[in-house]
Amino acid sequence: MLALRASGITKAYAGVQALAGASLELRVGEVHALIGENGAGKSTFIKILTGAVVADAGEVEVAGHPVRDHSPRASRAMGIAAIYQQPALFPELSVAENIAIGWERAGRGGRVDWAERKRCALELLSRVGARIHPDAEAGDLSMPEQQLVEIARALGADAKVLILDEPTASLSDDDAQNLFRVIRQLRAHDVAMIYISHRLEELPAIADRVTVLRDGRTLGTYEMREMNREQLIQMMVGRELSAVFPKRTVPIGDPVLELQRVGCSASGVHDVSLTVHAGEIVGVSGLVGAGRTELARAIFGLTPSDAGEILVRGKRVQIHSPSDAIAHGIAYVPEDRRRHGVVLEMPVSENITLAALGTMTRFGALDFRRERDVATEYTRRLGVKTPSIGTLVSALSGGNQQKVALSRWLVTRPTMLILDEPTQGIDVGAKAEVHELMMELVASGVAILMISSELPEVLGMSDRIAVMQGGTVSEVLDRADATQERLLARALGRSTSEFTAMANPPVGA
Amino acid sequence: MTTPLTAQRGRRTRELPPAVAFILLLLAVAIIAPSFFSGANLRDLALNNAPVLIVAIGMTLVILIGEIDISVGSQFALCSVAAGSLAKAGVPMSLLPPCVIAIGVVMGALNGLLVGALGLPSIIVTLAMLVAWRDGLRWQTEGAWVQNLPADFQWLGLSPSSAYWVIVLTSITITVAAGWMLRHLRIGRAIYTVGSDAEAARLAGIEPPRVVVGVFAVMGALVGLAALLNAVRFNEVPSNAGTGLELKVIAAVVVGGTVITGGRGTPFGTFIGVALLGTIGTALSYVGINPFWEKAVQGAIILAALAADVALARLAKHHRPPRKAIVAAP
Repeated sequence: MLALRASGITKAYAGVQALAGASLELRVGEVHALIGENGAGKSTFIKILTGAVVADAGEVEVAGHPVRDHSPRASRAMGIAAIYQQPALFPELSVAENIAIGWERAGRGGRVDWAERKRCALELLSRVGARIHPDAEAGDLSMPEQQLVEIARALGADAKVLILDEPTASLSDDDAQNLFRVIRQLRAHDVAMIYISHRLEELPAIADRVTVLRDGRTLGTYEMREMNREQLIQMMVGRELSAVFPKRTVPIGDPVLELQRVGCSASGVHDVSLTVHAGEIVGVSGLVGAGRTELARAIFGLTPSDAGEILVRGKRVQIHSPSDAIAHGIAYVPEDRRRHGVVLEMPVSENITLAALGTMTRFGALDFRRERDVATEYTRRLGVKTPSIGTLVSALSGGNQQKVALSRWLVTRPTMLILDEPTQGIDVGAKAEVHELMMELVASGVAILMISSELPEVLGMSDRIAVMQGGTVSEVLDRADATQERLLARALGRSTSEFTAMANPPVGA
Repeated sequence: MTTPLTAQRGRRTRELPPAVAFILLLLAVAIIAPSFFSGANLRDLALNNAPVLIVAIGMTLVILIGEIDISVGSQFALCSVAAGSLAKAGVPMSLLPPCVIAIGVVMGALNGLLVGALGLPSIIVTLAMLVAWRDGLRWQTEGAWVQNLPADFQWLGLSPSSAYWVIVLTSITITVAAGWMLRHLRIGRAIYTVGSDAEAARLAGIEPPRVVVGVFAVMGALVGLAALLNAVRFNEVPSNAGTGLELKVIAAVVVGGTVITGGRGTPFGTFIGVALLGTIGTALSYVGINPFWEKAVQGAIILAALAADVALARLAKHHRPPRKAIVAAP
């Protein structure tokens, strides 16, 4: 019997296809692993199941009943509940209150029966094997405890389908084992679970079947005991190398940026050693949350590093703020340009000159003629499609906004350019132009550090690839040695032997 | 030739509605009650509004960076009393402006540090200061006015007509200077950027906390100057000066087209806002409407300004340039 069936789900965000025909059949009382690379569409798929996002096409059935009303409320009413890596409890409310939210019915006159609420909470908590006082404040609980409270709440709401999104990502091994015990108990009580995890090694111990998503499509569903880690990785990475990258060999020069055991306790980056040479593109690969953006922010002085040393062109430097970094010739084009890479309500020209205003002055005052010339030069050079340089950036398309963000930093004539997801969410044409521009820059002797979740891009553009995992660079691969499988395997961590060792415990109830 | 910078034009159009309203008001008064334009009346209006304009220019800067300062009325009172007390204590007139301005800078910078360096919300910080300065002053003066001022205190020791020009021209000069600074200096660009998107500003190498502290300090300096120029018009200093000034000033800034969330607006707009709200009361009485309506009309103007803003935004959306645009022409 099926607890949930989703078929032919498609969803596009602003022209970018997140899901292109994903499907999943979830049996009653099974733990069903859902895996896929960054950007394979897992999050979107989950959001559609929970009603947070409405699909463009496709059908969802819960226990044989088609879902017609797409809203978080309707999904909850049909027994779908989701638990995320970061628990989403109300920290100022008590455990009992948190558990009651969303499903408890009020008594006469809308009054709360506190004794009954507490009794319910205790019963539900005991079902998930948690010894937590119902009067405790949720904010005071540890992360694993909060997760259990969330599961208890889902049980209280009579969830038939429980979605666990990377529940073990920030748990210790002991806590993870405890969670697995709870999951097995729930399975015995016929709760169906979708289990998303990047820890492939734990899947054999907990999952019955596995579905692989790739490029927004379901690749297939398999019995977990018939699969091994290599096969899974193979399927996850088989993304097509559709784009042709304009990679050319350019002479590699002296080191521009050297990181020696760099760390930043505020953001969890530690012991990063990496060198980027003039004319070189170093790709930074890794899972979301591996510390890639955090590393970039540490180098650029946004969350200044507090351990190790940073050398720029051989000289030890202190970078406490972005202005320090800019003074040393470092530029950073952040991820998610719509948020902070450009100032949306400012014109193209002012966005382009913003980081180099010091060079736009004449006798201390801004030289508008020079500003106009520079803005015109860069919009032309990068092919920014805009009605005029006075147009507000908010009126441009994503790809053109990204080009404006890039222009801003090229105006500063950086020697070290850090790009964070430079082509995320922009169309294919703009992508190719950005890649071509990167080649022009390295040909002129700029060093580039490129963070990207898109493996083909990393492989296609980089001379060397640094793989990050758990806040540090775990390995640096040469272009020639790198393959998608290898990168993903390194990013996922743990070796193959460990995987098979963990797979040995008996699978099933 | 190069493409024209439409940016500045875009920033200017927001001042159009209040400017039109102001001109209509003047026209109406010219027809109904031409005596409004007598020299004495205009002079009174200018003198009354010059200190308000100076404070409003400071408030424009504060609102442009996305903050607010509701303690200006209390700062104004403290600076006024300080000016009178210092003069009484024998401080020469030539040293009075720097002293009073310095007091304003200290109070402003304190606000700035609490907001910029500690990241506290400006509305709460300046609310606390509003209460603290006002009540501190009340406790210190026990409500008494500063009287028996030296003879050269009133009109700065000048003739009333020279002092009039000094006061009015100072306020105009400050407006023009602030406008020029915002448009032509890097710090001006930084102010607009911080108000538009502080995080984006930080990523571009601007340090928002410094901008915040600086702007609040300038706000304080302008309050000090305005308090002094206001105090010298009389021969005694009331200890409750500037009550409600913050509301008057914020209203003028908003009516003048500055967006309350920051990033857009000009001192020129604020000038119009002050002129409009500052003359409406007198204009009403000249036209024969009971001046008790003044506040109600001012409230209506503020609402109208916001409505015009929304309407303009809607209009701009409909007239958005097409997405498929040509590359910026060389």
